[in-house]
Amino acid sequence: MTEHIVSSFDADLKELSRRVVEMGGQAERLVADSVAALVRRDTELAQRVIVLDGPVDLLQREIEEKAILTIARRQPLAGDLREIVAAMRIANDLERIGDLAKNTAKRVLALTGEFHPQKLVRGVEHMSSMVQEQLKEVLDSYAGRDDNRALEVWKRDGEIDVLYTSLFRELLTYMMEDPRNISLCTHLLFCAKNIERIGDHATNIAETIHYLATGQLLTDERPKQDTSSLTTVPFPA
Amino acid sequence: MASLARRRATDYTVKAVSTGFAVLSLVFLAWILWTLLARGLPALGPQVFTRVMGPPGAGGGLLNAIAGSLIQIVVALVIGTPIGLMCGTFLAENGRNTQVGNAVRFVNDVLLSAPSILIGLFVYQLLVVPFGGFSGWAGAIALAIIIIPVVVRTTEDMLNLVPIGLREAAFALGAPQWKVVTFVTWRAARAGIVTGILLALARAAGETAPLLFTSLGNNGWSVDLNAPMASLPIAIYQYAASPFEDWVALAWAGALIITVGVLTLNILSRLVLAKMK
Amino acid sequence: MNFAPDTSIDIASAVNRATAPSAQPKLKVEGLNFYYGENHALKNINFEIPEKRVTAMIGPSGCGKSTLLRIFNRMYQLYPGQRAEGKILFDGADLLSKTLDSTVVRSRIGMVFQKPTPFPMSIYDNIAFGVKLHESLGKAAMDERVEWCLRKAAIWEETKDRLHTSALGMSGGQQQRLCIARTIAVRPEVILLDEPTSALDPISTSKIEDLIDELKQEFTIVIVTHNMQQAARCADITSFFYLGELIEVGTSSEIFTNPREARTRDYITGRFG
Repeated sequence: MTEHIVSSFDADLKELSRRVVEMGGQAERLVADSVAALVRRDTELAQRVIVLDGPVDLLQREIEEKAILTIARRQPLAGDLREIVAAMRIANDLERIGDLAKNTAKRVLALTGEFHPQKLVRGVEHMSSMVQEQLKEVLDSYAGRDDNRALEVWKRDGEIDVLYTSLFRELLTYMMEDPRNISLCTHLLFCAKNIERIGDHATNIAETIHYLATGQLLTDERPKQDTSSLTTVPFPA
Repeated sequence: MASLARRRATDYTVKAVSTGFAVLSLVFLAWILWTLLARGLPALGPQVFTRVMGPPGAGGGLLNAIAGSLIQIVVALVIGTPIGLMCGTFLAENGRNTQVGNAVRFVNDVLLSAPSILIGLFVYQLLVVPFGGFSGWAGAIALAIIIIPVVVRTTEDMLNLVPIGLREAAFALGAPQWKVVTFVTWRAARAGIVTGILLALARAAGETAPLLFTSLGNNGWSVDLNAPMASLPIAIYQYAASPFEDWVALAWAGALIITVGVLTLNILSRLVLAKMK
Repeated sequence: MNFAPDTSIDIASAVNRATAPSAQPKLKVEGLNFYYGENHALKNINFEIPEKRVTAMIGPSGCGKSTLLRIFNRMYQLYPGQRAEGKILFDGADLLSKTLDSTVVRSRIGMVFQKPTPFPMSIYDNIAFGVKLHESLGKAAMDERVEWCLRKAAIWEETKDRLHTSALGMSGGQQQRLCIARTIAVRPEVILLDEPTSALDPISTSKIEDLIDELKQEFTIVIVTHNMQQAARCADITSFFYLGELIEVGTSSEIFTNPREARTRDYITGRFG
């Protein structure tokens, strides 16, 4: 597409996009670090994650301010307007992702000294690597304004939900076997939920990218296969 | 800085020269007016307006000349103004770039600067010779022919100044062309058109040559347009070069009357312009 | 692959989507070609103007939008050398037909121009002039009509005490509203606006945009504007013209958030034009 006649408008839009990409990179790192801290029981890393969420929040505020200013100054239309709205929405989702990573890191601090069954931790790790893959894909598709890639991310959210449901069941079972496991398993459950939520936010971002590229909203039902709300485990007789 | 001084000097010189010339022309104008007043005022007594032209030494006036001038000018206006107005309107509204329009405009410009004696001769050939005598009608028509080109030109120019948007707005309301012209365009240009007519009038008032061959002049009282008729310019012509003192004085009085008349018309036209704005 | 924009389908669906189901086409342009002498200014235009809606025509300078507007009320007939071919249907009659009287057309399709053009008469006479062309009203009825249209043009309060003073003594914004009142007074069905606010200050512009909003309940409005934000604000339907062709037509919300044609996109986002 050709450049705007007013070149500073192009500069404004590029700057906005750059900040969103930067924020995305930081959010990715936070998610990776929070899961690594959980798996390795690394309290130092967890502390760092908690601190580094602050700049992410700051970036979100900056992006929102700049977006509003650009709207006021330029009265953007069509594609330009969608760019700015998309930037604001994606920044919002990334800020929530950062908060969820921070929450996971906080629970790492709470879990010190506890015994960790490898099987459960592996389940969480597997789910989180899928989610991190989703996040990376969706941020790449934003950089390339690639609708197809975003749609792929959108469709794969269902698989993460399936994983989460089975993890939920396992943790319930484990808790019923031995009441001493409850504390650990509850924290792990919240961490798993956080990671699943990060996956949902990545899907949100995918929907926004689709709107940005095509101007249409994604009206189909998001493939939801999270049946954990219906999951119960019968008490062993 | 040298060039700045030079520029200032040039500026000053040019200003001085143009002011000088302006003052010079004012001086001549003032001289003429002064002479007119000095010679004309003493001769301007009540008898000028109450007594007809008479033999030298008999204490005559200029009554018949004044009356004759007025009559012929009014008739000339009545004939010439509508023709000039319609022609000017045609040129402005329908003849902007047409062959007919351009031809009419060209002829009009020629007539505008034609020597007035030529017009007098033409009317002589047309209206005096076939009818066997000089007449007030011929004089009036000669004056009308002088008035028409002036009115045509000023009407066309004034109408051209009316913005096209005004006409389009009137058309857009569904007005036929004649209504657009009469209710909108003429109204918008009326100050200028009236000024044009008054200026034509002022010019006609002072013409002598056309009247020489058409109405000839009349030393007695006559308001009959079919007969020769007196007029101020002809009276002045007759009296000014004569050896009789009272006649010469009357000539100056007549000149003063014409001048004051034309001046009044000019002032009137300015007032009309101002009031209509 | 068909590269020509299929505007006949667009306008029907656009109208259906944007507006109440009763929006019928008031003016239907079919195969219109227009020439300034040898210059082919409008090329095969097919276009519909829905009734009682505001339709905007936008496009860069020289694209033909003003030309098309002035064809609707046959202004081109004032100038020799301009000719139109094709059809424009208005209530079943063809506007371009030579047997149709221009003054009748103009009594039903009025126009407001870019530069305010009050006649050199009193405010009352300005309005009466247009009315008297087509109707003969007694004094009371005329007074009523004058008041009605001045009220509708939102200028009654400012003029009611000076109806018989010259219209030339008003400000630019007031004069333009007077011109709108004058056009409405004749009770047309369609009002054509040719960049009505481009010579006015922001406040007068806003007042007139507010006026347009109200007027569309009674009149069909077609507006040509250079100001895209104005088209986005005022118009229900927007059409984009370029180099004498109709490129795209649709509801304003579609055109300004998600236009289909690349040229439309480039124009409205300020990438050319």
